[in-house]
Amino acid sequence: MSKKLIYLDNNSTTPCDPRVIDAMVPYFYDLHGNAASRSHPFGWRSEEAVDYAREQIANLIQVDPKEIIFTSGATESDNLALKGVFEMYSRKGNHIITLSTEHKAVLDSCKKIEKMGGEVTYLSVDGKGRVDLAELENAITDKTIMISIMWANNETGVIQDMKAIGEICAKHGVLFMSDATQAVGKIPVFPKEVGVHLMAFTAHKMYGPKGVGALFVNRKNPRVKVTSQLDGGGHERGMRSGTLNVPGIVGFGKAAEIAGKEMQEEAIRLAKLRDRLESALCEQLEETYINGDDKNRMPHVTNISFKHVEGEGLMMTFNQEIGVSSGSACTSASLEPSYVLIALGLGDDLAHSSIRFSLGRFTTEEEIDYTINEIVRGVNHMRNLSPIWEMYKEGVDLDSIEWAEH
Amino acid sequence: MAYSKKVLDHFQNPKNVGTLDKSAKNVGTGLVGAPECGDVMRLQIQVNDDTGVIEDAKFKTFGCGSAIASSSLATEWLKGKSIDEALAIDNMDIVEELALPPVKIHCSVLAEDAIKDAIKDYKEKNQ
Repeated sequence: MSKKLIYLDNNSTTPCDPRVIDAMVPYFYDLHGNAASRSHPFGWRSEEAVDYAREQIANLIQVDPKEIIFTSGATESDNLALKGVFEMYSRKGNHIITLSTEHKAVLDSCKKIEKMGGEVTYLSVDGKGRVDLAELENAITDKTIMISIMWANNETGVIQDMKAIGEICAKHGVLFMSDATQAVGKIPVFPKEVGVHLMAFTAHKMYGPKGVGALFVNRKNPRVKVTSQLDGGGHERGMRSGTLNVPGIVGFGKAAEIAGKEMQEEAIRLAKLRDRLESALCEQLEETYINGDDKNRMPHVTNISFKHVEGEGLMMTFNQEIGVSSGSACTSASLEPSYVLIALGLGDDLAHSSIRFSLGRFTTEEEIDYTINEIVRGVNHMRNLSPIWEMYKEGVDLDSIEWAEH
Repeated sequence: MAYSKKVLDHFQNPKNVGTLDKSAKNVGTGLVGAPECGDVMRLQIQVNDDTGVIEDAKFKTFGCGSAIASSSLATEWLKGKSIDEALAIDNMDIVEELALPPVKIHCSVLAEDAIKDAIKDYKEKNQ
């Protein structure tokens, strides 16, 4: 296996399943109608296709099809849920509780809400990446309208105790919103079972196309409403205007159907491969740490820090062939290392040293074995170059050195 | 972000990786950056007592590819230079030679700082 590219960045986006693409193709050709055209067969056929996809998606998460609002993706769904609830429930209160480890789509929506007069509490997490339930309950005030907590974290794969959080929300009569982008289609996600009232997710993290997502909005007990953020033709029960992306929605539906059928087997297979990767790296490389809760986490993700090796530099040793991502600052323009890993209590140095591996449906055992060898080679190369690794090996206490921060 | 060919060359085959005896009188050691910032460079020069010319230079760097390439290039440039010539190396020369993008300019600044730090150490030892 020489120049074949290996993709282990499935949390960033998944490739489209060929079965999904096959399902979508007719909707670029003859079945091109606008689903909102009520006066001719072109429109009717597209509307039927959308209805069918809505059912496929509703079946996957066990909700009523009427509770699915199509959007352009999880970012839009997060925005709609947070800002839409904030506006709709402004008479009830203005306080929202969320986590510091949420995706930027949630955090930046909350920042905007603060500018609009809202109050937001950003709770931290414990060393394993989970929220402290007592702390969460204590943060609720008589002004709290919603708690927004992601189902599974994108960087670490850590899964929150959704049932317990749902119970706290129910007890206090607070809406429960969840960004479930990384969880839907990979593990069983049933919002109604755990008391989630709004849930954002997207097709392109579950082998569907990019550019289409959904927001689940609970219709009964309680009947939840959101103020639309995009105004126009009143599509999606008035909550999200805009011509529906019919091919995308058809693909999303197919992806949901496949996920429902294959998820269980896939999760077992990927967990095995992930564990194989993790244990080989930890055995062959000293000073290697798994970040986040290794019990409550997604089956296909591992986030590992290789001490005294900088993440981007490490990636450069193998990124002509292997695609992963790093919590290192250098991969972004900000120069700040991953805020998610910092929230777990990792020092900046370990956050800079982290690599996220996210496996997927098309990951093979052969690829994992190849990756293990490449990572081991890369870490050794980087440690050979690293002055702080040399100092560490000589027994120098790195904390005793006065570093020139820059 | 794609790396320039020169950055890749220095990264894959770094020049002058290693450690000189920091207690030697004719060796100057510069250590700049911080682990928390994701960059630490250690650059060492060995100066010929008779000629005052830098006869050897070594580095080790914890950092991204551009940081490693910047320090590797710096050690190449240092060899054969006098102290005064070495002091004249400017970070923008490194930026230009390696075609570093704006977000990586701090890597070249760090390399210049490491050179100056190493020279300062050498001078303090040889006052």
